[in-house]
Amino acid sequence: MAILSLQNVSKSFGALKVTDDVRFELAEGEALGIIGPNGAGKSTLFNLIAGNLRPDEGVITLSGRDVTGESPMQRCASGVGRSFQIPQPFGHLSVYENLLVAARFGGGVSGHDAPALCMDILRRTGLAESAAKPAGSLSLLSRKRLELARAMATRPRVILLDEIAGGLTDGECVELVATIRGIHGEGIAIIWIEHVLHALTSVVERLMVLNFGKMLMIGAPDEVMASPEVKEIYLGIEV
Amino acid sequence: MIWLDTLVQGVLLGGLYALFAAGLSLVFGIMRLVNLAHGDLIVLAAYVILGICSATGMNPFIAATLALPVMFVFGWLLQTHLFNRVLGEDILPPLLVTFGLSVVTQNLLLEFFSADSRKLAMGAVEAQSVTLGPFTLGLIPLATLGSAFAVIFALNQLFYRTALGRAFRATSDDRVTVQLMGIYPQKVFAIATGIALMVATLAALYLGARANFDPTIGPARLLYAFEAVIIGGLGSLWGTLAGGLVIGVAQAFGAAINPEWQILAGHLAFVAVLLVRPRGLFPRAND
Repeated sequence: MAILSLQNVSKSFGALKVTDDVRFELAEGEALGIIGPNGAGKSTLFNLIAGNLRPDEGVITLSGRDVTGESPMQRCASGVGRSFQIPQPFGHLSVYENLLVAARFGGGVSGHDAPALCMDILRRTGLAESAAKPAGSLSLLSRKRLELARAMATRPRVILLDEIAGGLTDGECVELVATIRGIHGEGIAIIWIEHVLHALTSVVERLMVLNFGKMLMIGAPDEVMASPEVKEIYLGIEV
Repeated sequence: MIWLDTLVQGVLLGGLYALFAAGLSLVFGIMRLVNLAHGDLIVLAAYVILGICSATGMNPFIAATLALPVMFVFGWLLQTHLFNRVLGEDILPPLLVTFGLSVVTQNLLLEFFSADSRKLAMGAVEAQSVTLGPFTLGLIPLATLGSAFAVIFALNQLFYRTALGRAFRATSDDRVTVQLMGIYPQKVFAIATGIALMVATLAALYLGARANFDPTIGPARLLYAFEAVIIGGLGSLWGTLAGGLVIGVAQAFGAAINPEWQILAGHLAFVAVLLVRPRGLFPRAND
């Protein structure tokens, strides 16, 4: 059964339809990439999936259960983890405490098990040495890692990554992609919005193109990238 | 020597002001809510203790332990059904609502308890004191200061050593993102206000033990509490304790010079600290 499915999901802000009849299914453990120009409604789609926004129409299910009316807190408990495009760490908490909060309240991990789980995630995301630092003092790469680590600590079954590679150097990007591939290897489903295409296509199995809130295409990455329509709209190449 | 004694008495008085301020500081730190009814809620707690005492004949200390859970539940309900409805981007609605609550509380207390001054009868302990070297210290003022330290210490332990405390701090940092960590900010706020009113109940116990109270004295207690929080630096609990002590010491010295200057001296100290350190004595590092 699909871990996540969106059926005819639409959302408008005033007269502007930012999500227009989006429908797709995400298989257990699958990685799906989302691309599209700025303003295509990519982050709005994440807000709908994470429960920060309610769709005007359509149904969102997690493992077959209708969660359309559920709050972000309930979606988190149901296994949706999210990282933000602009990192939103709890700046006055240490890196480790950021994960503890996510594990205890989001992942339902007991106080006894949480420290080991959090330290393990910190190691895997390359943050072990920063564990005691205030999260507000981290560099951009570390903040992005923290976004990922904190989302992982909520023990998600599907994780939403919003332009996590944006703003990183090539070297940093390679490291982060390796980490994400590791997470994917554990069987956690991923939906990843990204402008850094080579990072994206090295991980995802399918690619979706959004434009003006509509799904333009969804399919294997090379097929999608080869499509003239996508080249024109997304890459701005005249064909 | 007289000045040293004044200093000590001021510190003891400051303990009471720190207790007034701790609940205010807690609520402000977590939800950026300035509760203008805080002083009146302290007075309300004093009447709750008084009510339990007169109904059962209990000692106020024991009555206060009964009042603590009552006030926690009251704070929880207040937050859930009133404050949570108005907390948001705009800071004006919560100010207006807490101001309204202040007026309503005062008038309800007047209605039920009249304008007469009341006092909590503590029994023999009221007149007892200990002599430490050259100083004679009243037991009640000593207990007040000790309680202030204990409350600030306990709140710090709660904040920095427990899962609930981390939820408080995370919610304070970003009340939207915590939702994605499975935290319900409104429940966190409700617990915080409940705890703040428990601290207010302790403050009320010592307020009533030390001096007379009537339904109208809340706003002045709010002012002292507010000054203590600002002097200490917003968001710092130990700072709030320090702020309370500064006000207490300033008032004691003012009163020693001329009894009419007690209140004024506290306010002057507040202004003086703000002139030198506009963000208070112990501001949070990266705000």
